Amino acid sequence: MAEKVLMKGNEAIGEAAIVAGCRHYFGYPITPQTELTEYMSRRMPKVDGVFLQAESEVAAINMVYGAAGAGARVMTSSSSPGISLKQEGISYIAGAELPCVIVNMMRGGPGLGSIQPAQGDYFQATKGGGHGDFRNIVLAPNSVQELVDITILSFDLAEKYRNPVMVLGDGALGQMMEPAEFNPSNAEPSQKPWAATGLRGRTKPNIINSLYLQPDILERHNIHLQDKYTLIKENEIRYEQIRTDDAELVLVAYGITSRIARSAMEKARSEGMKVGLFRPISLWPFPEAQLFELTKKSSAFLTLELSAGQMVEDVRLAVNGAKPVYFYGRTGGMMPSPQEVYEVIVKTMNGKGGK
Amino acid sequence: MTEKLFARPKSLADVSTHYCPGCHHGIIHRLVAEVLDELGVQDKAIGVTPVGCSVLAYDYFNIDMVEAAHGRAPAVATGVKRVHPDSVVFSYQGDGDLAAIGTAEIVHVAVRGEKITTIFVNNAIYGMTGGQMAPTTLVDQITTTSPYGRQAEFAGNPIRMSEMLATLDGAKYIARVAVNNPANMAKAKQAIKNAFQIQLSGAGFALVEVLSTCPTNWGMSPLEAVEWMEKNMIPYYPLGVIKASEEVAK
Repeated sequence: MAEKVLMKGNEAIGEAAIVAGCRHYFGYPITPQTELTEYMSRRMPKVDGVFLQAESEVAAINMVYGAAGAGARVMTSSSSPGISLKQEGISYIAGAELPCVIVNMMRGGPGLGSIQPAQGDYFQATKGGGHGDFRNIVLAPNSVQELVDITILSFDLAEKYRNPVMVLGDGALGQMMEPAEFNPSNAEPSQKPWAATGLRGRTKPNIINSLYLQPDILERHNIHLQDKYTLIKENEIRYEQIRTDDAELVLVAYGITSRIARSAMEKARSEGMKVGLFRPISLWPFPEAQLFELTKKSSAFLTLELSAGQMVEDVRLAVNGAKPVYFYGRTGGMMPSPQEVYEVIVKTMNGKGGK
Repeated sequence: MTEKLFARPKSLADVSTHYCPGCHHGIIHRLVAEVLDELGVQDKAIGVTPVGCSVLAYDYFNIDMVEAAHGRAPAVATGVKRVHPDSVVFSYQGDGDLAAIGTAEIVHVAVRGEKITTIFVNNAIYGMTGGQMAPTTLVDQITTTSPYGRQAEFAGNPIRMSEMLATLDGAKYIARVAVNNPANMAKAKQAIKNAFQIQLSGAGFALVEVLSTCPTNWGMSPLEAVEWMEKNMIPYYPLGVIKASEEVAK
């Protein structure tokens, strides 16, 4: 058991990446994730790693593409507007099947938006974001400890599937301080015989590429990608359920919102209301079947987000009309208090739920 | 007893290319491959290809290659080089890729003095998409997006990237060459060799701009295109070493 240290979320991600063996980080400052970039600038030189502050998010993600293509464990991080700029590169990384970890500490949008916590990038993260048919593995922690564990796991998953993994946090998680311990992964480091390293005795060149000019060959590549995504859906669903066994109303929330939901749920429970919490940890793949299972016992679902309603679409697809799905969200960097959510729970339980 | 005097460089793949008749990319590929062979670095060379006519160059070199997004080759090459500092990394980019969409990346790779080499092929037009105006298109030159000729009043004057990049401290060697005749080909090869030697010495960033024809999109025969380049491009884009650090001067 490693020692627990008190750390800010953003810095904990940085240390977790180093524990995971990441020695290449390419970043660009943007609030509210800048502490991570700063942390890497301090730590990387101490572990013989590479920290590079790029000229833009666009350049940073393309450095990630190059470093991942050359076989390195590599990470970049940003916040919403910066992640938008990275989308072209993420599409190329997905197309060329390169492993990397991308951190998005979300802030309010659209546009320049605000610098406060938000969850308005759910669609962008889980439905592709860039052009073409591709998926990122998207993981949403809700504590500093989970930021650490999920960052370490993300490097393993990225290499296992040769796929970009996005750690989807928000400004609050990045800024909050909590104790965390750093436990390295037990997974075997993966071999990368496909990497562009220079021939070094090999006779057949390795080519890192996402261009397939012949449509039939590109279709074959897409089918291969979809087969891989099916495998990820089978293997990598992650979620947490709290008191859903007898719940009449199931709250569905991820990330920081799940903690507000949990406080509200506990208050409702203390008042005798049968409320549970379902927390997707993998946002893609989404725990669809596990959520549907709850429709057999529960009578309604209430999705809570720091957005105008994005994950709720996946909740509705999962519930598939079996039970009503309600939504409550705040946007722009505003966060609901547990009392505010509690009141929405009471209203919903009384059959006067929102939209 | 016969002696082999001329052969395909080992660093050049034994395939036919998609380049149009009279296009200079083939010559430039060969010069790069000859230099890689002569420096004995084929085994540790990694090339980064652009978006544009040379997008498929990854199939034409017999070395590891990475295909980059439009304009991003210097950033991709940076990532590769930082992972394998002992490798020999080059980006191969056209003028649309390097001088328009990729200006930030090429400027900052030079600012950082990244230990890579860039081969910049300037043919004053977007070739792959069928002949549109590039930042390097000459004033009054007709393209499919400057059908009345490039007008400086609205489109500005053509950019001289090499001169601009030479102002940056991290750029240790910048030269402009052409491959319009055998004498210039020899000079071009020497410049390319110098640029790779700068990388091998660890001094910093090096770039060779190679003026090239585009007979197809210029609407000329290969010979007319060479004449047009000599008459119009070389006066605006003068040939020669623009900047050389001591590593080359030695």
